[in-house]
Amino acid sequence: MIPATFDYIRPASLDEACHVLRDAGDSGDDVKVLAGGQSLLPLLRLRLAYPSALVDLGRLPGLRGVEDRGDHVFIGALTTHDEVLRSPVVREHVPLVAMATATVADPAVRHRGTFGGSLAHADPAGDLPAVALALDCVFIARSAEGEREIPAAEFFTDYLETALRPGEVLIGVRAPKLGADWGFHYEKFTRTAQAWAIVGVAAAVRSEGGDIAEARIGLTNMGPTPLRAQVAEEALRGLGVAHGNGGGPAPGSAPGSAPDGARDPVRDACGQAAEGASPPSDLHARPDYRAHLARVLTYRAVRAASA
Amino acid sequence: MPRITVTVDGITYEEEVEPRLLLVHLLRDRLGKTGTPVGCDTGNCGACTVMLDGKSVKSCSVLAAQADECDVVTIEGLGRAGELHPMQQAFHAEHALQCGYCTPGMIMAAIDLLRDTPDPSDEAIREGLEGNLCRCTGYSNIVRAVRRGAREMSGETPAPATGGEVRTS
Ligand SMILES: Cc1cc2nc3c(=O)[nH]c(=O)nc-3n(C[C@H](O)[C@H](O)[C@H](O)COP(=O)(O)OP(=O)(O)OC[C@H]3O[C@@H](n4cnc5c(N)ncnc54)[C@H](O)[C@@H]3O)c2cc1C
Ligand code: FES
Ligand code: FES
Repeated sequence: MIPATFDYIRPASLDEACHVLRDAGDSGDDVKVLAGGQSLLPLLRLRLAYPSALVDLGRLPGLRGVEDRGDHVFIGALTTHDEVLRSPVVREHVPLVAMATATVADPAVRHRGTFGGSLAHADPAGDLPAVALALDCVFIARSAEGEREIPAAEFFTDYLETALRPGEVLIGVRAPKLGADWGFHYEKFTRTAQAWAIVGVAAAVRSEGGDIAEARIGLTNMGPTPLRAQVAEEALRGLGVAHGNGGGPAPGSAPGSAPDGARDPVRDACGQAAEGASPPSDLHARPDYRAHLARVLTYRAVRAASA
Repeated sequence: MPRITVTVDGITYEEEVEPRLLLVHLLRDRLGKTGTPVGCDTGNCGACTVMLDGKSVKSCSVLAAQADECDVVTIEGLGRAGELHPMQQAFHAEHALQCGYCTPGMIMAAIDLLRDTPDPSDEAIREGLEGNLCRCTGYSNIVRAVRRGAREMSGETPAPATGGEVRTS
C-alpha cells in the first residue's frame, strides 16, 4: 500500500533535529524519527502508523560509525548493520554484537537498517536488544534539553516501548569491552532463512580456571521486552565447564544427563532459563515450546561461549 | 514538496516528490522503469531490489526523498543495447526463472553478493540471496546461474549450461 501523507524533514544537524522534535512535541504533533526505515517504512505501508512528519536522521554527520574508546566501543546509532559487520573493532572487542548482527534480516536490509534503529524500535523479536542487555550496554539519548545515559536494564520498558522520552534521539551505545576471559555466543532458532527469531539467546560467559565465574544471558522473543535469564545466570555461577562435551546427551537420555550418563549441572542450570519469562504465542510457537527452546538454546549458547 | 536530484541508470533526473512516494514508485510510475516490480508490503520478497550508491536495497523500503543525490541502478541499467549483462545471460542459460517476477531482484542481489565474494560457494549464494523469495523455481537453478554468472564476470569462459534443456529461438 501507499503510506498516508506525512511531512518530511531532513535536519542539517543533530541540534536542529532535537529542536524540530521538541517543537513538534509542544504542538502535539506525532513526529517520528526516520533512521534506516527498515521497520518504519513497512509499518507506514501497512498503515499501522500515521505520523504527521518524519525527521530523517539518515545523513546527520557524527551519528554513524564505530569508535574504540579504550574501555568500551561506541557504536553510533545510525551505523548500519552492514557497517557494524564490517567493523574490525566490533569483531575484536564486542564479537557478540557481530554474531547477532550477522543473523539480522538479509544483505539489502542490512545495508539500510541501523544499529540504533533496531534498539529504539525495541521489537522483542529483534536480535540486538538481547545482546545490549547481556553486555550491559549504556544508551546515550539526546534532546533539546541535553544528553543523558540510560543503562540497558532500564531501556526496554514494554512491547515496542523504550525509556526514550518524546523528543529524544538515541545517538549511540557504549558497549563495554569485556576481557579475554570472556566468551560469547548468539544462538538463534528460526523456521526459515531470513526469519525473525522464534527464540534467541545471547550469552556472555567469564571462565576462571575451568569454572563459570559469571554468565550473562539475554533472551530474544521470550516476552514483551528482551530479558535477562537471571535465575539461570545465578545457577550457572561457579559451575565447572569441563563436564560434558557440549554435544548434549544422546537422543532419548534424561534431561540433565551428560553423554557419559552422569548429570550435567550446566544443563540443569540452563534448564531454568525460562523462569520468569512470559513468552508470546503466535503461529510459529506456543509459549511452552518457546520455554523449551529457551532452555535448550541457552545450554548451547553457554557451552559455546565457555568452550 | 521535497525536490530531489537522482541519477537512475546513468540519467540524472530532477523531481518534485511527495514525501510518501517510495523509491520503487518513483522508478516505475514517474520514470517508467517498470523492470523493477513490487511483490509485497513488508520488505520481505526482494523483488524490488536495486542498487543505491552501489549497494543493494529494497526500493519499496526507501523513500524517494531519501534517494536525493544518490545513484540508482535498476535491472534496466545493467545491459548495454542488445547485450545482456553476464548475470542476466547466466540466468537465461541456466533456466533460472519461470514466471520471472523475482528475477530482477535476484539478479541485483546476486551482483551485490559478488562485490565482496567474487567466487561464492553455493552456501554463500543462498545466504546472499536470503532476502529474495522465488515462488516458482525452487532456487536450484538460481544458485547455478549465480555460480555461472560469477565465473563469467571474473572473465572465465562459461561452461555449457547444466540446468537441463535450454531452448533458444
Ligand atoms: C525483511 C526484514 C527482515 C528483518 N529481520 C530482522 C531480524 O531477523 N532480526 C532483527 O533484529 N531485525 C530484523 N529486521 C529489522 C531490521 O533490523 C531494522 O533495521 C531495524 O528493526 C530498524 O532499524 P532502522 O534503522 O531501519 O529503523 P527505522 O525503521 O528507521 O525506525 C524504527 C523505529 O525506531 C525509531 N528510531 C530509529 N532510530 C532512532 C534513533 N536514533 N533515535 C530514536 N528513535 C529511533 C523510529 O522512530 C521508528 O519508530 C528485519 C527487517 C526486514 C524489513
Ligand atoms: S516489494 Fe520490496 S521487498 Fe517486496
Ligand atoms: S521465477 Fe517466479 S517467482 Fe521466481
